[in-house]
Amino acid sequence: MAIPLNYNLNSLRVRWSSTVVAVLGIAGTVGVFVAVLALAKGFKTTLVASGSPGNALLLRGGSTSEMSSAISLDQEHIIEDAPGVARDSSGPLVSGEVVVIAPFPLKATGTDANVQVRGVSPKALAVRNIKVVSGRFFQPGLDELVVGRNVAGTYSGFDLGNTVKFGGGTWKVVGVFDAGGSAFDSEVWADAHVLNGVYKRPENNFQSVTVRLTSPEAFQHFKDTLTSDPRLTLDVERELEYYDKQSRALTTLITVLGTLVALVMGVGAVFGALNTMYSAVAERSREIATMRALGFGTGSVVTSFVFEALCIAFVGGLIGCLGVLPLNGMTTGAMNWQTFSHLAFAFRVTPPLLVGGIVFALIMGVAGGVPPAVRAARARIAVALREL
Amino acid sequence: MVRVDGSGNGSSLVRVRGLDKKYQRGSEEIHVLQGLNLDVDRGDFVAFMGPSGSGKTTLLNLLGGLDLPTRGTITVAGDEITHLSGGKLTTWRARHVGFIFQMYNLIPVLTAFQNVELPLLLTRLSKSERKQHVETALQVVGLGDRMHHYPRQLSGGQEQRVAIARAIVADPTFLLCDEPTGDLDRKSADEIMDLIDRLVAEHGKTVLLVTHDPVAAARAHTLLHLDKGVLVEAHRAGSTAGGRN
Repeated sequence: MAIPLNYNLNSLRVRWSSTVVAVLGIAGTVGVFVAVLALAKGFKTTLVASGSPGNALLLRGGSTSEMSSAISLDQEHIIEDAPGVARDSSGPLVSGEVVVIAPFPLKATGTDANVQVRGVSPKALAVRNIKVVSGRFFQPGLDELVVGRNVAGTYSGFDLGNTVKFGGGTWKVVGVFDAGGSAFDSEVWADAHVLNGVYKRPENNFQSVTVRLTSPEAFQHFKDTLTSDPRLTLDVERELEYYDKQSRALTTLITVLGTLVALVMGVGAVFGALNTMYSAVAERSREIATMRALGFGTGSVVTSFVFEALCIAFVGGLIGCLGVLPLNGMTTGAMNWQTFSHLAFAFRVTPPLLVGGIVFALIMGVAGGVPPAVRAARARIAVALREL
Repeated sequence: MVRVDGSGNGSSLVRVRGLDKKYQRGSEEIHVLQGLNLDVDRGDFVAFMGPSGSGKTTLLNLLGGLDLPTRGTITVAGDEITHLSGGKLTTWRARHVGFIFQMYNLIPVLTAFQNVELPLLLTRLSKSERKQHVETALQVVGLGDRMHHYPRQLSGGQEQRVAIARAIVADPTFLLCDEPTGDLDRKSADEIMDLIDRLVAEHGKTVLLVTHDPVAAARAHTLLHLDKGVLVEAHRAGSTAGGRN
């Protein structure tokens, strides 16, 4: 049978000061680890939420984002006639869109940030299943804007009824839409034809076409039809995949950098745990020798001290996770490298991330607990019994 | 009957033959025990005396399976322990040896009850059986009313009595006492020796005691003297050499 657990728990309590140091070291590391992953998760979730499973997004062949794409009105008409395109009373649910980047001052700092301004068709709301939550949608042909729900809170001048100037035009904010926490919530929308005109871009040219399909299963036939059409050289993707790819660069960077920072901190925390456990073993060498003399085997001793280290690690992990929990839902912003525009998103502290944080803590506990435990089990009993 | 000349007949509880123990200190080789023979019968109470460094504690450690000899054999209750592996030796210790140390060696974060229960955790006894055994052992040493006290809440003599309860609770084959009164005042030391006397006389325990204290040693049936690694019978007034008083 193992050495009783209350031996370890009471020992931790008695040696509370060094226990607290080790616990805080691990808590800090886990906190940073989970916070960074929550940041990456929030960014990815926001972008991926922009895609709908029943939508397809079309770009010029070889384009990696809307910024480098071009699709003509003729091509859009061919797309509208493809099989699988959903329709309502006004016709096919297809939105030819253009994007420009315009600088607007951030409310928080007063410095400019790039905002993505999207020229859309009047069908964009139906294509994306987005609802206007205050005001109204823009009138086609007018210099009017509807803005995502994050825009008014993040940038100056976008309150309902305000007038803003950019691209040589003067625009009136007539509505606010809720895109369900997706990247569109950070966008400003206008009529595509008006935006093209203000920016003196060729008329009847779009950068992307978003299509609502009759069902997600209709995608493959839709894609095959368009990619085999000799009049078109388009890349056809599910909207979800497109935004997933857009999120990858920054998500990967945040995750890699964050994990590196957490690992470096983790090494420090492991040394903290090692220090605590080595001193625990040194201070208790006579107790350990006594228990081995009584008949507890080396396995019991190792298990006992690893358990003790895991207790420290678990409590540290728990505190780290609890400390990060208030970040959940807190909105922050970052540059989307694919569009060079500012994207507001929220930290997402998810249950799997919390479990990951606890597992990370326990790994640190094992790393910090095993070497001292082995030392405890290997000490010569006859010598250790005489130590004070 | 205790013999040191190797003439035991094989029925002894403890049988030691040709025991050598050497230590290496730097380039120097120290012979702590040299060709030692010993036979101790069940129910004997043997005291070992000798100057510091004479090998008393080393002998006790070897008999208790805490250390291995350089040469020779130790057989306890028919089991030769000198060739047992680490794991088997640990199991053997749990079953056969009750240790009583000079500094008591109680676990400070456990109560008297929990300290005494430790050896029973290595047995198949149920929780209620363990409780019964622990209570009995603590009552034998007169601490039935101190079960839930921590070592820091007990006097030195009481701590040593808890240690004795821990040593006897699993009913080991023999008790090894390393200076059990070395850290106690005279009165407490006498109480501890009274208790050990009782364990021998009333419970038939076999006790091997290492001590510097001639008063404590005088309680033993047999007094052996260790000097320069060699065991010799001590002659004392009113004793029968090599046997019980």
